[in-house]
Amino acid sequence: MADLSRDDIVKLAALARLDLSDEEIQEYSSELTAILQYVEQLQNVDITGLSPTNQVNGLTNVMREDEIVDYGYAAHELLQNVPQTEGDQIKVKRMIG
Amino acid sequence: MAEWKSVSDIAEEVRSGSVKARDLVEKSINIIESKQEYGAIIALTAERARERAGQIDEAVAKGDRVGRLAGVPFIAKDNFLVFGAETTAASNILRGFNAPYQSTAIERLEAEGAICVAKANLDAFAHGSSTENSDFMITKNPHDTERVPGGSSGGSAAAVVLEMAPFALGTDTGGSIRLPASFCGAVGYKPSYGLVSRSGVVAMASSTDVIGPLTSSVADAALVLDVMSGSDPLDSTTIQKDASGYVLSETQNLSGKKIGIIDEYMGEGLDAGVKSKIEDAIAKLEAAGAQVERVSLPTLPLALAVYYILCPAEVSSNLSRYDGQRYGFTAKDVDNLDQSFKQSRSQGFGKEAKRRIIIGTYVLSSGYYDAYYKRAQTVRTKLIAEFAQAFTKVDFLLGPTAPTTAFKIGENAEDPLQMYLTDIMTVAVNLAGIPAVSIPAGSIEGLPVGLQLMAAQKQDKALLQIAQAAEELIR
Repeated sequence: MADLSRDDIVKLAALARLDLSDEEIQEYSSELTAILQYVEQLQNVDITGLSPTNQVNGLTNVMREDEIVDYGYAAHELLQNVPQTEGDQIKVKRMIG
Repeated sequence: MAEWKSVSDIAEEVRSGSVKARDLVEKSINIIESKQEYGAIIALTAERARERAGQIDEAVAKGDRVGRLAGVPFIAKDNFLVFGAETTAASNILRGFNAPYQSTAIERLEAEGAICVAKANLDAFAHGSSTENSDFMITKNPHDTERVPGGSSGGSAAAVVLEMAPFALGTDTGGSIRLPASFCGAVGYKPSYGLVSRSGVVAMASSTDVIGPLTSSVADAALVLDVMSGSDPLDSTTIQKDASGYVLSETQNLSGKKIGIIDEYMGEGLDAGVKSKIEDAIAKLEAAGAQVERVSLPTLPLALAVYYILCPAEVSSNLSRYDGQRYGFTAKDVDNLDQSFKQSRSQGFGKEAKRRIIIGTYVLSSGYYDAYYKRAQTVRTKLIAEFAQAFTKVDFLLGPTAPTTAFKIGENAEDPLQMYLTDIMTVAVNLAGIPAVSIPAGSIEGLPVGLQLMAAQKQDKALLQIAQAAEELIR
C-alpha cells in the first residue's frame, strides 16, 4: 500500500495547492515511501474495542456567547500584513476565467 | 560566574530599585550581540524592550506595582506573536509579518513586568529536531559549534545556555522544548496539554502543541509557568491552573516517591554513554530515598509512527491558511487566484513544510483515512491507556530525553526519517498530553545529556517538585 509513485505525489501536490519541481517530485516520492513504510508498523497493532482519541485533556464542547468583543484593534491595523487591499477589504486575483 | 541570578531574585532586585530594568535590557542585548556567531537570534526587539524597561524603572521609582517578573529580560521563539519585531516562524512565507496583536503567553509575562528582548531561531514552523530547517540560518550548539542545538526550539535553548537572557520561551509539539534542552544543557519544561494558552502562537499540530519555558533551573521554569498558565477564552483547549500555582519553595524530600524507569527507553538504540549517565542519576535518586522500579509500556516504540501520521495531518491542515492572500509571501506575475495560491505556497514554503503537507494530505485523503489517520488515533488511545496504567503504580516516569548527545550539523540532514527518529523518546508524552521535563544530567565529552521526567496529566506541580529535587542531586 505504501508506495508513492510520481503520479501520486503530483495528485497530492495539486490537492494541497503546491506546484512541485521534477526534482522535488522525485525526492518526495522516495522519501515519503520510506516514511510510510515506517508508519506501516501500526497495521499490526491489535486495536480491537478501542476508539480513536481526538482530544486528550477531557474538554468537550467549550461554548461561549456568540457576541462581538472589541479587542481595540482598528481594521486597518489588522489589514497591515495583507499584500493587496482596496479600502478596508482584501483584494485577490480573479477566480473565474 | 553566572551572568544572571534566578528569575525571582532579578525581579526582586528590580522591585527594590537596586537594579534598573534598563540595565538588564542593555546587558541582555550586549550579550546577544557579542554571540551572534551561534545563530540563536533572528531579531532584537530592542526599541520596545528599552521603552518597557524605562516604564518599569519609572513605576518602581513611583512605588507602583511592577510585577513578579519585573524587568526580567526574556527571549521568545520566533513563532510567538510579539510586538517590536517581525514574527516569521523562521519561514520565508512569513518574512515581513508584523503581528497586529500579541500571544496570550507574552501578554501575561508582560503584565508581570517581563521584557521580551529578542526572537529566537527555530526549524521553520517548528518542523524539525535540529534547527537546521530554519529558512534563515543554522543555530549552533553552545558547547560545540559543529553540532546542532536540537530543535525545534534550538535558538531558545542555545540562548539560555549562552546566557543571553535568564529565560526563553519554546513550543513543544513532539519534543521541541525537551530535545534542545537536552542537547544544550538547559531545563526544558513541557506542560500538560492545555495548561498554557496557544493564542497568538503559530500553529503546528494543534492536538499536541504546547508552550513552555527554557531556563537554567527548575525553579525558574516553575515561576515562568505559573505566570503564563491558566484558561484563556482565546484558546478553547485551555484548562484551569492549580489553585496553589506552580511556584516552588524549599526542595521536597524524595523519600517514598515512586519512580518508574521506562524499559523501552533504556534498551536498544540508546547510546552507552547516555545510558550510564541516566543510570548514575537513578542511583542518586534511589540513594536519596526514591522507590525505583522498572516499568514497561509496550506501545511506546510505536509512538513515533503514530506521531508521524498525526503531526503531518494536522500540519497540512494548519498550513492551509498560508495562501498568499491575507498575509505573508505572495507570488508575483500570476493570472488567477488558483495560480496565486499555488505559486505563493510553492515559493514560500521550505522543503520540510512541503514534505509534511504532502504526507498529511495523503493520510487524510479518502481511501487512506481509516488505514492511517484513524488507526493512528486509535493506537494513541492504547498508548494513553498504558500511561494511565503506569501512573497507577508509580508517581513519575523516568528515562533519557534523547538516545544520543547532540549530533553534527548535516549528519541527519539528507534523511528525513533518521531525523524524525531523534524524537523517539519525546513524542509519546505529547500524544498523551502529559507533562514532562528535561533536566541536565552531566555530559559526555563536553556534550550535555538530558534526563526526562514525566507525570500524569495535570500533575505539573508534583513534576516540578521532583524535578527540582533531582536537579539538586544530579548537578
